[in-house]
Amino acid sequence: MAIKQTTDGTKVWARRNTKEQITNWIMWLVGTAIFMYCWQGISSETDWDFFWDAPEIAADIGSRAMPPKWGYITTLWVPLWDTLNIATMGTVLSLVMAIPIAFLAARNTTPDKYIIRNLALLIIVSSRSINSLIWALLLVAIIGPGVFAGLVAISLRSIGFCAKLLYEAIEEIDEKQVEAITATGASRWQVMVFGILPQIMPALAGITVFRWDINIRESTVLGLVGAGGIGLQMQGSLNILAWPQVSLILLVILIAVLVSEWVSAKVRGAII
Amino acid sequence: MSEASLALGRTWKRPPIISNPNLRWALIIGALVYLIAAVMTIDVNWSRVYEGLERGKKFILAFSNPNFSDRWTDIQEGMLESIVMAVASTVAGIIISIPIGLGAARNIAPLPVYLICRGIIALSRALHEIIVAILLVAIFGFGPLAGFLTLSFATIGFLSKLLAEDIEDTDKSQAEAIKATGSSWLQWINFGIQPQIMPRLIGLSIYRLDINFRESAILGLVGAGGIGATLNTAFDRYEFDTAAAIIIIIIAIVMVLENTSTFIRGKLQ
Repeated sequence: MAIKQTTDGTKVWARRNTKEQITNWIMWLVGTAIFMYCWQGISSETDWDFFWDAPEIAADIGSRAMPPKWGYITTLWVPLWDTLNIATMGTVLSLVMAIPIAFLAARNTTPDKYIIRNLALLIIVSSRSINSLIWALLLVAIIGPGVFAGLVAISLRSIGFCAKLLYEAIEEIDEKQVEAITATGASRWQVMVFGILPQIMPALAGITVFRWDINIRESTVLGLVGAGGIGLQMQGSLNILAWPQVSLILLVILIAVLVSEWVSAKVRGAII
Repeated sequence: MSEASLALGRTWKRPPIISNPNLRWALIIGALVYLIAAVMTIDVNWSRVYEGLERGKKFILAFSNPNFSDRWTDIQEGMLESIVMAVASTVAGIIISIPIGLGAARNIAPLPVYLICRGIIALSRALHEIIVAILLVAIFGFGPLAGFLTLSFATIGFLSKLLAEDIEDTDKSQAEAIKATGSSWLQWINFGIQPQIMPRLIGLSIYRLDINFRESAILGLVGAGGIGATLNTAFDRYEFDTAAAIIIIIIAIVMVLENTSTFIRGKLQ
């Protein structure tokens, strides 16, 4: 906040003083320059004739895709079931791995603050930085295409997410309860089961449902790289340019995602 | 026997998490039935998996000896394109998100505007980036423009939603004080609402930049530009050492971005 004086001597309120104004202006200049550089990079790689054609092409695709081929739904039930399995079993599998990692990464439960904790954090970061599609690509190359590759891909990607939120929950627990259990002469495992686990249970349930919802969305596209689920059907339909089938698949995916989001919101509402 | 000794003779049992026994057993049995059904329908070709373990070992070993040099020009170009796409789409996404976020906040927008903006947000959040990218590549052709548009569209759903929630949480009295001075609508937003949400908007924008970079790494799989195409080629040729190099670079950049964003967000609060 600053008061400015105009040339004829009257005082006017201004939000920023001169120094703030200059820094502000320089930041905008640098930001705009970076954006223009990036835009230049994109623009030079783009064939602008295609861009101006876009409305026509979009209208063309739209007219071909409508109406959706409703009869095709009968072939979609099995892939949809596969998609659900990939997401659910992937979440379960990831929890099995994420819970021990979270205990190793939390400051108050880790057996070793330096080596083991950092190793656990590295696992969390690696798992989080790599998209599930890249995991799927990798696993399809290693263990072959199919539902199993998708399931493992989803679980590997979810480890980081679940373990990160879970270890933050563990670090925020009430130490008094842990102390009370320790005072009864409980072993290390008993302290975990009776002192820590009941405190993080609501967080764990919330994280699980939240990640399950994200996993449903992600598992719909894993088929594009051959890892099973409804994406496989979409890839097939796209390859033969069967737009009425594509539009039906998109509709089914949209409904599946909205339903899973609704379920997840309801369950989280019931827990909290 | 007296009541006291009865109480003494009992052992303590941990109270169950779900107190209603009917609901508890229904959930347990339901989960078991689903688990059995799911395991039965997932058919795994174990011999193929076993064969793959050899290749898996090779891939893990490749991480100790990543090959940066063979495809360095491809990697460099792909990475630069990914970063460019992430930055440009974050900026464009923020610019579009602000009006939509304002429209989706119930305390400042009238009902019809609110419903339209919430509809846009729901659509953007429901569609996975890759699906949007496929459609946009079909419409705009191959290249980073499709990727840029995809990421901008995805940014809208994320940023507008959180922004709208933040605007709904703002302090009413500050906005009212500005209104009492006889300000116009624009002045009201600019001086009454904007200062309250600015720290969070900056924090969210940096976080979204981080997400956009991660997502830009896969858009190349469907031809929308970025490092994904190079990565896909490396996997197709079983060049695990090059793939390992690319993945290491992605992890490093994400770590740097994540630490920067945590640092900046910590400073703002």
